[in-house]
Amino acid sequence: MGVGHVEKQRGPVFKKIQATKQMKEIMEQHFREMDEAAKTKSRKIAWCTSVGPAELLRAAGFLVFFPENHGAMLGASRMATDLIPTANAIGYSPDICSYLTADIGSYIQKKSPLSKSYPGIEGPPRPDMLVFNTNQCRDVQDWFNFYGREFNVPVVGVQTHRGIGAVTRAHIDSIAEQFRALVPKLEEVAGRKMDYEELKRVVGLSRQCTDLWKEVLEIAANVPSPLTFFDGTIQMGPAVVMRGEQRAVDFYQVLLAELRQRVADGVGALDDERFRLYWEGMPIWGKLRELSDQFSSLNACVLASTYCSSWVFPALDPDDPFDSMARAYIELLIVRDEDYKERYFEEQIERYRIDGMIFHDAKTCPNNSNNRYGMPERLALKHSLPTLVINGDLNDLRCYSEEQARTNIEAFIEQLSEKENQ
Amino acid sequence: MSREEYFGGVDVGASSTKSVVINSSLQLLASDVRRTGVDFEACARESMDAVLASCGRTYRDLKGAFSTGYGRHNVRFARDSRTEIACHSKAAFHFFPRRTTVVDVGGQDNKIIHIDASGRRENFKMNRKCAAGTGAFLEEVAQRIDVPLDQIDALARQSTEVVHMGSYCTVFTKTEILAHIRAGRKVPDIVAGLIESVVKRIMEMDPLTGEVVLSGGVAAHNPVLAEMLARHLKHPVHILPNAQLAGAFGAALFASEESEPKTN
Repeated sequence: MGVGHVEKQRGPVFKKIQATKQMKEIMEQHFREMDEAAKTKSRKIAWCTSVGPAELLRAAGFLVFFPENHGAMLGASRMATDLIPTANAIGYSPDICSYLTADIGSYIQKKSPLSKSYPGIEGPPRPDMLVFNTNQCRDVQDWFNFYGREFNVPVVGVQTHRGIGAVTRAHIDSIAEQFRALVPKLEEVAGRKMDYEELKRVVGLSRQCTDLWKEVLEIAANVPSPLTFFDGTIQMGPAVVMRGEQRAVDFYQVLLAELRQRVADGVGALDDERFRLYWEGMPIWGKLRELSDQFSSLNACVLASTYCSSWVFPALDPDDPFDSMARAYIELLIVRDEDYKERYFEEQIERYRIDGMIFHDAKTCPNNSNNRYGMPERLALKHSLPTLVINGDLNDLRCYSEEQARTNIEAFIEQLSEKENQ
Repeated sequence: MSREEYFGGVDVGASSTKSVVINSSLQLLASDVRRTGVDFEACARESMDAVLASCGRTYRDLKGAFSTGYGRHNVRFARDSRTEIACHSKAAFHFFPRRTTVVDVGGQDNKIIHIDASGRRENFKMNRKCAAGTGAFLEEVAQRIDVPLDQIDALARQSTEVVHMGSYCTVFTKTEILAHIRAGRKVPDIVAGLIESVVKRIMEMDPLTGEVVLSGGVAAHNPVLAEMLARHLKHPVHILPNAQLAGAFGAALFASEESEPKTN
């Protein structure tokens, strides 16, 4: 094979993960339980940001719905790009979070992927309150405030510090105190006292879930990797929406066993893993299949990502719920400073034996676009690591040029081939 | 005595399709350039038909042909394809066999490619989704001021005081030009400002270190671009021979390297 040779595009071979069936079943249970509760008013429902204090809400007796998960579903179902303009028209800029704009557009147009996936469900369950954590971004607060006004329900939240190097006692005290301050409001809406024993149990289950999810992701360090980033974006659902529940723990035990078996059998996610890539940034939800096809046809396994690792919370400790939740939710990469992020990426490059790193510059998600302050250039220089930036967006496909992305990716793999043949 | 061998390259670009045939001495024998249109496959075929006819050859004479460009996967007669990034690098290294920075200003995208002393790509960048600073920008804005594309270079050279464009958006630039026309600025100065805008877009993509080689149709038709870029960089800028054909030529070079060994 000559220098720079890249296999002609061919049909990819997908290895189906058997545990996906169980994942889909529990996801459906999750949405149907919530829909039933909203319709019958049998349980109170809280909407929570994806890395918000879900454990606290569960212990207070709420069922928890995650609008960011709904946003991702809008992207993956390719409904988002048609719905975003509706939110733009009422003043929500096309430059802000496209989860937000897609979700508000979905609400106004009364169109939800939930109704397509789960007949009988019209859309998200009506909230009794909304609880945010700005650790993801400031947009979540404005997103929830929209619904607070629409549904006339309380919106409460936690303001997280940003640009953090080392996490200090002061950071933890600040966040833990904000968590404690939420409790009276949660009790008022829930109509019952916080069950602190239940909180310990839920935090314990969250910890088990997150430990298993971490093991699932880290199994990709094997050569060949039994798991791709694209698999991860599908399998992460329970870690996001069901952390703190036994069924998420049960699911990840099954998934992990299947992946361990792949490793034992020497089975990779790709038939011929020639290059090992890292994906930095948000998924391009509406193009996951196309991207997965292209990478696999080029024998390039995108096997690790920052995104899927965002639901790994090793600090959670059932014996110290408030402080450990505070630490868990402020240790996230997204709130850390550039030096911390650079060290983190270096560790990931080494851990997963990465040949090249792809940065997705998401137009509407600056907080998850870590290419904007010279990071790819610094890593490339320091580690002789080829890096590539793809311009796109998590949900708004108007910001994505598929042809340009395809050429960029193909040229990147050509470059890796040349490097390999050196 | 060995028989002469021929290799083809076709670059199905966003604006135009370019085809070449080279011989085993890697000399360009014939070429064709035409608008790409909407049928990539037919266009590539017709373009190569024309090249072969002009050098008195047939497809059977081609020992191999490679394709490149946005339509590279639609070229049936090509044995394999490479990206434009690979092909422009290949052509650039053929003419400048040393460490260079290749800048391809294409119809709808720009590429900056750093090549090491052995011809391998160290890294590359394409412009963002926006087509500012590409051939499409010049086409759009030239049309607004009724300047035929083949007069841009000559007009820019007549400029005595370049009109600096403040916007990089193609649409905003067209609006901005209205203000310059109202203010009585001369067309050559405005045209020079458009070329300068392309130069600025290129320079903000990536540090243009070392020896710079320009490729692509915009540079081929507007050598003033190289001169203006050189003034901004304060070092010489080369233009590849037959710069518009560089992608196709690079594809033909790949074909010559990777054709099957002869059995007779």
